[in-house]
Amino acid sequence: MNKLSIRELSLYYEKHQALKKISLDVESNEILAVIGPASSGKSSLLRAINRLYEIDYARITGEILLDDKNIFDIPISELRRRIGLIFATPVVLPGSVYKNIAYGPKLHRRLKKSELDELVCDALKAGNLWDEVADRLDDSASRLSGGQQQRLCIARTLAMQPEVIMMDEPCSGLDPISTAKIEATMLELKKDYTFILVTNNTKQAARISDRTAFLYLGELIELDKTQKLFTSPADMKTDDYIRGRFG
Amino acid sequence: MTFRIGPRTSQIIAYITLLVMTAITVIVLFFIIFYILKNGIGQLTLEFLTDRTRDMGREGGILPSILGTLFITIFAILIATPLGVGSAVYLVEYTKGGFIRRIISFGADCLAGVPSIIFGLFGFIFFVITMNLGWSILSGGLTLAVMILPTIIRTSEEAIKAVPYTYREISYSLGGGKLDTIVRVVLPSALPGILTGVILGIGRAVGETAAVIFTAGSSLGLPTSIFSSTRTLAVHFYILAREGISMPKAYGTAAVLIIIILAINFIAYRLMHRFIARYY
Repeated sequence: MNKLSIRELSLYYEKHQALKKISLDVESNEILAVIGPASSGKSSLLRAINRLYEIDYARITGEILLDDKNIFDIPISELRRRIGLIFATPVVLPGSVYKNIAYGPKLHRRLKKSELDELVCDALKAGNLWDEVADRLDDSASRLSGGQQQRLCIARTLAMQPEVIMMDEPCSGLDPISTAKIEATMLELKKDYTFILVTNNTKQAARISDRTAFLYLGELIELDKTQKLFTSPADMKTDDYIRGRFG
Repeated sequence: MTFRIGPRTSQIIAYITLLVMTAITVIVLFFIIFYILKNGIGQLTLEFLTDRTRDMGREGGILPSILGTLFITIFAILIATPLGVGSAVYLVEYTKGGFIRRIISFGADCLAGVPSIIFGLFGFIFFVITMNLGWSILSGGLTLAVMILPTIIRTSEEAIKAVPYTYREISYSLGGGKLDTIVRVVLPSALPGILTGVILGIGRAVGETAAVIFTAGSSLGLPTSIFSSTRTLAVHFYILAREGISMPKAYGTAAVLIIIILAINFIAYRLMHRFIARYY
């Protein structure tokens, strides 16, 4: 079953067209990797799906369906709760570890202190961070290391009980060990969530994704099973990119 | 024949010049504080701080003026802070940095440069006479609020602008609305900067003379309500010194004023550092 269906999606910043008639489906419980060189529209695609493009004063044409329902028919805060977004640079909000996790859930519903405590604990455990911060919940989140901050951002998204998790180059600033931890987290969570992973690291896409989409200058060049796309791509451009000939 | 200064020499000259400039600034500050305290500290008895003013200030204490100063300043801050912070939020978050924002910012800058006696005259004509509030804590507080408003708006505006855009993105991407984002993320992050503006405002309000002498009057009675006329410490000092009533009492008053201003700054900075240490 398709979790997300994108039909003829175009996105414009003023006069610049960042996405050109993209159509693709995201299946439930898969990790879909999106690769492509800089300014190929990878981030714009994510920002279109959760309607974050609106704060950039961009506009879109085409259709995006979440569980066969148009995203514009879903209240925006509900949409953004169901589709979480993790940014390239981990940005923790000022305040404690606990407050960072609790921020999202508190926006959406009233919770008792005990419920919130449990939610924070579960989210941190699911984000593979609990063991490292269990006794530091009231410490400032900005004192965590870069890798821990990124896992905190993942836990913060998990705390909202989303259905789809979009990640925009989540490991670009991290060391190999932190990267491995995050990849392990994603593979564990795959059974409950659907992932869209934008990455500049083609090896990462090959390692953990089920299918891979290749974007180039705002167009979808190719989308196929990861195994197939990396061994025998149909398009020359894809072949050139994954072999590192450009981009 | 040309005379050249080597790079090493010019470094030394620059260093010494800058050092002297800094030293002059600091020395002037300490000299003022030292001079006032030296002349006034002898007056600071419990009686001086807690007694009513008698015989126009020749005898007794300055309790009415201490209370008047506190009430007027608190009143001005209570009015100016929400107005100023609200305007700053509107300017940064709700106008797209266009024409309106530039006009309002320019207006605020002009307003900040208007001499305080002009505010005093405005307050006298508008609050005291037209609105018929009389010489009162209310009129004085409103006038001071108008006077410190630009300072609070401009510092809050800068503080809110300095909050990283990514914080807002995070909040929106977690499903937060604009108001949630402003109240829960932007304002707490901008709070130290906003507080700086409020402290500057308090400093201006506490020490203000010209704007309050026209609007709050110079009554020496203990204030009983916001409609009481009162005399602030700065005005009391001015009248004692100007009319040659009592120089020792004048210095005593000045010493109290300086101690209050130092205390406010000290407390505010402590609060700010505690806040920053907790949240960053």
